[in-house]
Amino acid sequence: MSEVSPRKLSRRKLITTGLAATAGALGLGVAARIVQKYGLVPPDHGGIYGLGETLTYASQRLLTRHSLAREFPRSQISKPPFANEIPPFNDAFKRLQAGGFADWHLSVNGMVARPATFSLNQLKSYPSQSQITMLQCEEGWSYIAEWIGVRLSQVLQAVEVHPQARYVVYFSIDPDWWESIDMADALHPQTFLAYGMNGDELPVGNGGPLRLRLPRQLGYKSVKYITRLTVTDSLKGFGKGLGSASPEGGYAWYAGI
Amino acid sequence: MISHPRFYWGETGNDLTSPLFKLPIPASRALVPTGYGYVLPDQNGWSRYLHFQAAWVVVVTGLLYVIFSLFTGHLRKNLLPSKADLSWRAFATTIAGHLRFERLSEAEDWSYNLLQRLTYMFVIFVLFPLVIWTGLAMSHAFVSAVPETVTVLGGQQSARTIHFFVSVSLLVFLLVHVVMVCLAGFRSRMRAMITGRAPTPMERT
Repeated sequence: MSEVSPRKLSRRKLITTGLAATAGALGLGVAARIVQKYGLVPPDHGGIYGLGETLTYASQRLLTRHSLAREFPRSQISKPPFANEIPPFNDAFKRLQAGGFADWHLSVNGMVARPATFSLNQLKSYPSQSQITMLQCEEGWSYIAEWIGVRLSQVLQAVEVHPQARYVVYFSIDPDWWESIDMADALHPQTFLAYGMNGDELPVGNGGPLRLRLPRQLGYKSVKYITRLTVTDSLKGFGKGLGSASPEGGYAWYAGI
Repeated sequence: MISHPRFYWGETGNDLTSPLFKLPIPASRALVPTGYGYVLPDQNGWSRYLHFQAAWVVVVTGLLYVIFSLFTGHLRKNLLPSKADLSWRAFATTIAGHLRFERLSEAEDWSYNLLQRLTYMFVIFVLFPLVIWTGLAMSHAFVSAVPETVTVLGGQQSARTIHFFVSVSLLVFLLVHVVMVCLAGFRSRMRAMITGRAPTPMERT
């Protein structure tokens, strides 16, 4: 009796554990459905890391929909501001730079009532906003700066975004460099089209004349040298359909962590 | 870590600020001044995906483990040191036994000794919570909702530095743990871990 019972017990435990695991897997299946329904699935949800990505994006989206990135006192601004390595500029950029960026334009199209093109001066005619936030690179380094610009929501309001819009795709003048964000981030009050830094023009090394500023995500989402925004309800038609250039290069689309 | 093997204290840190310390390794980014003149290939993309996937596995299994430990009495019976064991004398005896590479006692086949209990408690209730906490403290989205996560640590780069040391501690624990399992008899220990049964004297290796 005493010889047999421990074995029986462990087998029973094995079976209950197995059943619990199956129930867990079923639960996950149901959760996946719910998450799909509420738009909590990132575009790069395929592949072996898809589950982890989805859990991260879904939980952070639920937790942080309206929360504000930390802002810092002026005394904590990094001096001098760090400028990361930038890829060589193409001819289009050099031409605009030679003209002092006077002809730099931002075109906004897609699911909007009034597609438009804005010059830098037109963007600057909107109420100017500023934030002292940290730019954090996925590599590990960071700096704090004052970012000056116009809220992306302001520009989206001007072109009248359709209610079914779900993402804003934004493109650098470098055709290989494009990203996208969901509407929660696009309409977030700290999401800027930034044209100034630390009380001055935005230096070219930090993304001037125009970069996106998204302080709740890592630096690679704050694309430099923005020339085009497209509002859409699906990311399928862009590149490989993974949401942005980052997943195509092996990096996560959502970079809130 | 390899893309920026420099560690800082406080909120920010970059190539233009002085680090707390540097790891003596080349970096996978050309801009980092390492002095090696050699840039390692970039592995950050997939390793970040893997990292956060693994983080979810740790959080979910960790929570289940702690909840089950509380309800089944595993924590009280097997992990909390008994009152009698919590004396310097008992502590010294266990350590001395380890240092003399004494053979495991019969009791240690089915029960953790004092040193094991203290180590496991430390790993479960200090290192793992700390590594998760410091990890979340580095997430700008997470700290936008719960800023205290990072402010009490002294800043975002401080969180990264602590995260590094706690990860190293967990790695050291894992290595020592695996070595000890091998020394104690790999087959019998693995069997005991999976089935929950103590090996019979015949099975002791």
